[in-house]
Amino acid sequence: MTDITLSPANSPSRNWGRIALRWLLFTLLGLFALFYLMPLFVMVTTSLKSLEEIRTGSLVAFPREVTFEAWRTAWSGACTGIQCEGLRPYFWNSVILAIPAVAISTILGAINGYVIAQWKFKGANLIFSLMLFGCFIPFQVVLLPMARMLGMMGIAGTIPGLIFVHVIYGIGFTTLFFRNYYVSIPQELVKAAKVDGAGFFRIFWSIFLPLSLPIIVVTVIWQFTQIWNDFLFGVSFSQAGTQPVTVALNNIVNSTTGVKEYNVDMAAAIIAALPTLLVYVVAGKYFIRGLTAGSVKG
Amino acid sequence: MKTSVFAAVSAIAVTCAMPAVAEPQAEVLHWWTSGGEAKSVAVLQQEFADNGGTWTDMPVAGGGGDAAMTALRARVLSGNAPTAVQLKGPAIQEWYEEGVLADISAVAEAEGWADVLPASIAGHMKCEGTWCAAPVNVHRVDWIWANADVLEANGIAMPTTWDEFNAAADKLAAAGITPLAHGGQAWQDATVFEAVALGILGADGFKKAFVDLDMDTLKSDGMVAVFDQMRKMRGYVDDNFSGRDWNLATAMVMNGEAAFQIMGDWAKGEFLAAGKAPGEDFLCASVPGDGFLYNVDSFAMFNVDGDDKKAGQDLLSKLIVGQNFQKVFNLNKGSIPARVDVALDDFDSCAHLSAKDMNESSDNGSLLPSYAHGMALRGAQSGAITDVVTAHFNSDMSSADAVNMLADAVANSM
Amino acid sequence: MTEWLERHIPKMVLAPSFIAILVFVYGFIAWTAWVSLTRSRLLPKYEVEGLIQYERLFASPRFDTAMMNLFIFGTLFIIISMVLGLLIAILLDQKIRTEGVLRTIYLYPMALSMIVTGTAWKWIMNPGLGIEKMVRDWGFESFSFDWVIDPDMAIYAVVIAGVWQASGFVMALFLAGLRSVDGEIIKAAQVDGIPNWRIYSAIIIPSMAPIFLSAFIVLAHLAIKSFDLVIALTGGGPGYATDLPATYMYAMAFSRGDIGQAASSAMVMMAVVFAIIVPYLYSELRVKHD
Repeated sequence: MTDITLSPANSPSRNWGRIALRWLLFTLLGLFALFYLMPLFVMVTTSLKSLEEIRTGSLVAFPREVTFEAWRTAWSGACTGIQCEGLRPYFWNSVILAIPAVAISTILGAINGYVIAQWKFKGANLIFSLMLFGCFIPFQVVLLPMARMLGMMGIAGTIPGLIFVHVIYGIGFTTLFFRNYYVSIPQELVKAAKVDGAGFFRIFWSIFLPLSLPIIVVTVIWQFTQIWNDFLFGVSFSQAGTQPVTVALNNIVNSTTGVKEYNVDMAAAIIAALPTLLVYVVAGKYFIRGLTAGSVKG
Repeated sequence: MKTSVFAAVSAIAVTCAMPAVAEPQAEVLHWWTSGGEAKSVAVLQQEFADNGGTWTDMPVAGGGGDAAMTALRARVLSGNAPTAVQLKGPAIQEWYEEGVLADISAVAEAEGWADVLPASIAGHMKCEGTWCAAPVNVHRVDWIWANADVLEANGIAMPTTWDEFNAAADKLAAAGITPLAHGGQAWQDATVFEAVALGILGADGFKKAFVDLDMDTLKSDGMVAVFDQMRKMRGYVDDNFSGRDWNLATAMVMNGEAAFQIMGDWAKGEFLAAGKAPGEDFLCASVPGDGFLYNVDSFAMFNVDGDDKKAGQDLLSKLIVGQNFQKVFNLNKGSIPARVDVALDDFDSCAHLSAKDMNESSDNGSLLPSYAHGMALRGAQSGAITDVVTAHFNSDMSSADAVNMLADAVANSM
Repeated sequence: MTEWLERHIPKMVLAPSFIAILVFVYGFIAWTAWVSLTRSRLLPKYEVEGLIQYERLFASPRFDTAMMNLFIFGTLFIIISMVLGLLIAILLDQKIRTEGVLRTIYLYPMALSMIVTGTAWKWIMNPGLGIEKMVRDWGFESFSFDWVIDPDMAIYAVVIAGVWQASGFVMALFLAGLRSVDGEIIKAAQVDGIPNWRIYSAIIIPSMAPIFLSAFIVLAHLAIKSFDLVIALTGGGPGYATDLPATYMYAMAFSRGDIGQAASSAMVMMAVVFAIIVPYLYSELRVKHD
């Protein structure tokens, strides 16, 4: 941690300048905060209005009368097809899909990063390059061949199938994160441990893993966000009964010829985003710490 | 693995009786997910259940079925096709050519579909002579909706020619009312475009241009006139139309901000939901010109294994075209039944008009498929046309340039 | 035997991931390349027909627009997100008491998918509903903010929403970077009476070069994959003024049943990615040789 502020001066004559500068600083930060909060403001206020008020009033204004009806509907009453049970049934699909997918891709990323950063062998860099390039493949490209593959593997339309897809396309980024983190750990550590007779897994388990909490947090946040918010894979590789929450949200929000209930749309949108929001609020601090530890010495 | 998962899924869905042998079974992929539409499908599910069937719902909304079609491709490629899929227009024949559609001729013949469906609509349900899809409804696309009070206050009657429309629009604009409520999304631009094209080119010209893709018609002076009228329409739209959802445009008509909207009859549902009465608060009429542009929703059955699913397909096909479902569904959805022998007593005046016009058009050959809603052409061609229409509407491109671009785009899409 | 095992364990551990990437990324790219040479429509076909799809692609004015948009959007999105992210990170680094709250506010957009925020942005940017109307209602009648409905400006509106979503994440990267600069050097500089802005511009920011690279890779990846953003905000409109290669490809493959065409546009996109990522990898891996 460094100790640097815009005005370190101690002399009283510069106090006024210092106070003015602080005010400027807070004004700027406040303005930025307003910019970032604007869409959330629109979503929250709309979700608290009645449909009547939305039809007649301004879309960007405080509600005249607050009602939580839309939230209840979004959670347990909105139609996502024939069933009008809201987002609730789909929420669980997303949970049992996201947790294993995040866990597996993180573990694979950790072990891959460990090998690439610390157990260099000929071609390791090439493999890393190929994996990284894989991060950039647009997902629209892989949909059709992937569907074929899942069919051949017999996991089409299932939750395990979706987990598989997310793990495959998550490996690139998780490996990148862990590799950049582990590469800053001195090679001498591994050498010394080897002299002491520790093996490959032993070194990983008792030396590297305990050091990895910050980067694990970063990876988990990144992966959870990507997987929870995914729509394209969710809609393509699911079938009735395995659709994740984003697909249900889309069903509520995006019908073409039905009557639009914007308040329910917005409430559903916020509900669907709650887990990721929660992760950012709770783990945000560790996120910065993890990044501090991980990405600088790339 | 696949079967066990499927069993698990259906076990979740069926919480009632033990499955008997060949109990009808259907996983249905559709994009009717919002209130009114969903209720309409629920009617079908109820009937299906009443006849001993088990319905597994697979709704995917978005982009007028784009997302559902994405899911469908993935499902078919993975060898795990849904039992029944909401499909329409030439897409039915395209899927048939891929060899993945089931033949439902047995049901169709037993039920005598050929006798109760208008010939041009029945044509869409057939693939090389066999029946391969079941029609649900007929949406009319070439409607013009109007706010009754606004028209009366300005002394305007429903226009019957485009010149009348232009005169009325100029008058409204002078009075400070937006003449045309419109949402600037490609499909909405295309909806207005085809309504204008039907009026100016006439039924024959429309068919040559948008069904046969006749190059001479696409490059004709008539087409230039169509784009000229589109340029006028652009002037009748308010400044903020870009990206607006169609229902917000409908709301503008409802609250008197705008006078007219050109949109299919699903707009009626929006008026009714707001408690407006047809003929009193809002008016419906066909757009200037002769003809009837239809948008028919239908279900196609995919090749699946298992007697229970095949039984499900037969039962579903039968119920979809059945009198009862056709009536109840279309009352909810704003459209009219595809079969012509359904009593329309409970329907409103707009639906009566629609049914009358459909029968007349069917007799004189002006019952035509909507290109904007994927009934007339395959996706690549209709998409190419829409690209030009929307590019012209949203820029200051000249009509002559637009016509040349149209011909090039259609040629390039082949 | 155990020695052999010990020597080869790292490779064996890496092998499954590597094989998976080989098949599911490079195998699929090869598949796409193949399909781009066919006349595949609704479903993929495998009879090679030559370069017809590429000819169609380059004859399509819409794809021209999409590539141009990718260039404009990508450049602005990356630069503005970086500048804004860095600026906010520096401001936040001034011992702000409310840092935790502010940081979360700046960071949360990354947690939301655009399916969620698209409608809100659409309203905010719509001149008749959002900011323009609000400011005019306050009495500033001449105020105008109508980018989203102007075909020439709409892509910049997309940039705004994109920056909103990603800049917080970049801010986090830079904040982390600022916090890990060696404190001794800065103290020494302060003792020498060097002004703060000089400390930032001459010492701290240059030492964060690797972060700029990380931020660049994350942003470039988001820019190229931008899809939800455009679909939710403008639907590609007005007209097709905000089409990007990713939305073009999706429209061809899934709404138009023109898979061959989609595959050819995908290959062009991959070429762009290749041109961006290879220099990065080069610089990234060169460091390792010293």
